[in-house]
Amino acid sequence: MIFEPEFECMPPDELRILQLYRLKRQLRRVYERVKPYREKMEKAGVKPDDIKSLEDIKYLPFTTKDDFRENYPYGLFATDMEEIVRVHSSSGTTGKPTVVGYTKRDLETWATLTARVLAAGGVRKRDIVQIAFGYGLFTGGFGLHYGVEKLGATVIPVSSGQTKRQIMIMKDYGTTALVCTPSYALHIAETLEEMRIDPKELKLRVGLFGAEPWTESMRQEIEKRLHIDATDNYGLSEVMGPGVSGECIEAKSGLHIFEDHFYPEIINPETGKPLPEGEWGELVITTLTKEGLPLIRYRTRDITKLYREECPCGRTLIKMAKPSGRTDDMLIIRGVNIFPSQVEEALLEIEGASPHFQIVVDRKGHLDEMEVWVEASEHLFFDSMRKQKELLDRITDHLQQSLGIKVKVKLVEPKTLERTSGKAKRVIDRRDLPKYVPEKYLKN
Amino acid sequence: MIWNDEMETLPREALEALQLKRLKQVVERVYATVPFYRKKFQEAGITPDDIKSLDDLKRLPFTTKEDLRENYPFGMFAVPLKQVVRIHASSGTTGKPTVVGYTKRDIETWSELMARSLYAAGVTKEDIIQNAYGYGLFTGGLGVHYGAEKIGATVIPISGGHSKRQIMIMKDFGATVLTCTPSYALHLAEVAEEMGVEPRSTILKVGIFGAEPWTEEMRREIEELWNIKAIDIYGLSEIIGPGVSIECEEAQNGLHIFEDHFIPEIIDPETGENLPYGEYGELVITTITKEAFPVIRYRTRDITRLIKEPCICGRTFVRMDRVRGRTDDMLIIRGVNVFPSQIEEILISTKGVLPHYMIIVDREGTLDTLEVQVEVDEKIFSDEVRKLQQLARKIEQNIKETIGISAKVKLVEPKTLQRFEGKARRVIDKRKLFNGGK
Amino acid sequence: MKVEQISVFLENRAGRLAEVAEILGKNGINIRALSLADTTDFGILRLIVNDREKAKEVLKEAGFTVGITEVVAVEVDDEPGGLAKILTPLSEEGINVEYMYAFVEKSRNKAVLIFRFENTDKAIEVLAKNNITILDGEQVYSL
Repeated sequence: MIFEPEFECMPPDELRILQLYRLKRQLRRVYERVKPYREKMEKAGVKPDDIKSLEDIKYLPFTTKDDFRENYPYGLFATDMEEIVRVHSSSGTTGKPTVVGYTKRDLETWATLTARVLAAGGVRKRDIVQIAFGYGLFTGGFGLHYGVEKLGATVIPVSSGQTKRQIMIMKDYGTTALVCTPSYALHIAETLEEMRIDPKELKLRVGLFGAEPWTESMRQEIEKRLHIDATDNYGLSEVMGPGVSGECIEAKSGLHIFEDHFYPEIINPETGKPLPEGEWGELVITTLTKEGLPLIRYRTRDITKLYREECPCGRTLIKMAKPSGRTDDMLIIRGVNIFPSQVEEALLEIEGASPHFQIVVDRKGHLDEMEVWVEASEHLFFDSMRKQKELLDRITDHLQQSLGIKVKVKLVEPKTLERTSGKAKRVIDRRDLPKYVPEKYLKN
Repeated sequence: MIWNDEMETLPREALEALQLKRLKQVVERVYATVPFYRKKFQEAGITPDDIKSLDDLKRLPFTTKEDLRENYPFGMFAVPLKQVVRIHASSGTTGKPTVVGYTKRDIETWSELMARSLYAAGVTKEDIIQNAYGYGLFTGGLGVHYGAEKIGATVIPISGGHSKRQIMIMKDFGATVLTCTPSYALHLAEVAEEMGVEPRSTILKVGIFGAEPWTEEMRREIEELWNIKAIDIYGLSEIIGPGVSIECEEAQNGLHIFEDHFIPEIIDPETGENLPYGEYGELVITTITKEAFPVIRYRTRDITRLIKEPCICGRTFVRMDRVRGRTDDMLIIRGVNVFPSQIEEILISTKGVLPHYMIIVDREGTLDTLEVQVEVDEKIFSDEVRKLQQLARKIEQNIKETIGISAKVKLVEPKTLQRFEGKARRVIDKRKLFNGGK
Repeated sequence: MKVEQISVFLENRAGRLAEVAEILGKNGINIRALSLADTTDFGILRLIVNDREKAKEVLKEAGFTVGITEVVAVEVDDEPGGLAKILTPLSEEGINVEYMYAFVEKSRNKAVLIFRFENTDKAIEVLAKNNITILDGEQVYSL
């Protein structure tokens, strides 16, 4: 089903006219209302009127995560706070979180776009949708929640965690569509087996998964073990949240980007030069309709490629490949974005904690687990297990508070962490994550 | 401030006429669509036609949490599932939660009631609301959220927990309204001070607190610490969620029940007889507008009284006093409803046997703590520290997984737990939650 | 070849350990070796005594939770490298030590090590193969 065929199946030339019109309007707005944008554009010597075609977008300066930090919290907003009805933000207390704001119309747009994603993934009005994404400042839960409402299906806002309860609800309430991260879907499959429940007893039909990178083989495993059709969807809170792009159930190959609201580009992350369709590089997005927080050429740091092909679903929208890899050192753990620098800062805040640490990310069963190994120097050692445990608890608690996710802290003997040029290697990621991109784009 | 001037200040006579009309409708509807109600009415020898005045309400049978459990999951719904757009759940007395459903119109009603509630507390379009109630199946978070949207205020949907982050965001984002449990508001003040943030220095102006019982002393403390107005709000998922009643900022004295949607009664919990205005007893509520999940004479188990005297704010609705206790053994821990029977089930399922146990609820500083003391007898003893610790962690984990709150499991020596008349007393609640009442 | 050890569950409260000692003393039970493992909330006292049946009985009577576990007692010369001689072959065979404690016999200039293994039988096999002296129960109880 196509939720808005008039936009999703638009002839490409008409779409380009719409995009250009909206881009120009957006540029004029940010130039007038958002000081950091005006300054950046002035510095680059461009004015909104210089943009005469979509190709001209390459003359505009990029926006990065640093711009969010420098203008924290509301400096990039293009409306008065009175018009802002919702604020979301990235997790953690270290560094400055990324803050995003929505007007009433932005929320409408967002609901429509996630309704498009849900419809593309096979969800219908009669479905019962269990949302196992975290609700809260994270955009995952809310984005799809409003989409389900828009579609008129039933939403069960379970939020994340409590897997056995998730399964009981799934079984007893007759859930037909599951929304969560792909690894959590596999964890649910595993728990079903433990609880000796045959997935065929469930009414589950489709699953819409996102918020972390996954592979084709994971899709096949999820589909086989849960007996569902699994589709991928993509989004990031800076741009809007989920609802930037989504796969259709017909093809399950590539995510249709909602080009009437977002203008995508692929660039070489080193040089910043735009790359032609079909080439891998960093995804850059310009929002065309957002009011609260419009973004011009935002560097997502996600590596993918764009391609246009005739799709059996009938959508004319461009597709992006499953994102695979990052151009920075960000980790995605159970759908939450974590930077190693956040761990470092948090450890430094604890008195006496050794600066030598290592982040070890692994997938136990199917769930990501993050361990932080800290070298126990003498002042971190006690002969009493009680004191030792108290220290461990204090570090764990502080890290969890700072990062906003569950962390296991392990004290290890001094000088046992693998070092590169004298410094402990920061991250060991043992998960099998997709990496089918040219090595040259992968740092670390 | 009054959000819906017409309804909230309706003269009593007109209000009662409206109530009667809606009551008749809902009774007819449940009789026609919910087999449970039809059977119960028939057993009591009543048909919808017998309801001729509001006074006839008391002829209808009560509905209890056990009824909801027996009709799990959707047996009490009065509309086909395809008209249900939202499902929430709350703790049941056993492993099965209580399920409630909403139609599109129910969600609109709920949003309207929450908009009225927020407005009564002085919240307007200009405000920035930090909503620290838990989001998810619990109705607290989403209830406030939709009300705030209706008003057009800015919502920060921060959900519960991560206290340091709450303070950072409150300060940096300029929150003017805080919504959470009252004990969490006290806890946040402590955390703020630890972080070197003076709570009184924030621009917070009002707090809307509920989901657990609290006292006048707590209110004074919260108001003093934060330099805000603290407003009490009441609701329960079985009825609709938050938004059943709220205090007005003008009087802060009793919670106005939105009587155009709910009919309250006070009964003697022992005999089931109705009690007059002013007397303490169990609150019973009938929903008169809900479509998906109407309840007739639902026994809330909350002890309060109804106040009929008019309020200075101008609302004509009856007020209920602060909740002063429960008529069952339900505990409210950090806003989560917990039944001792749930803990017992978890202990049995974890180890295969039921050890002697005791539930200790306390307030450490400002936060509720739940400790389950488990006697180590020979059936569960091991000479390895690791195995005993694993057992304790496993129970903790299962409590977290099923009930959703963190508990501390403490292994204790046998026979150290108090026993009364040969039977172990299961719960010790060291908190001082209620001031007065029964 | 196995030795029976008594273990007692203790809450971390003042006086609990003294109580155990007193009960044992009053009943004429001699402690041969002991260790205490502590955690935040509780401890496990492990004892080798001369009369374990009686010890168990009197402690149970006093309301303690008591367990009996099979452990292995090994004798080595009281000299540097003694412990390593035992642990090296065990670790080579991949045998895990759950816990251990040791005491010195002054009269014989020997050290006695008490081990609890994940796989007791396999451990005994390995120790025997490496000509390490394993003490039987009676030898230990009557030390």
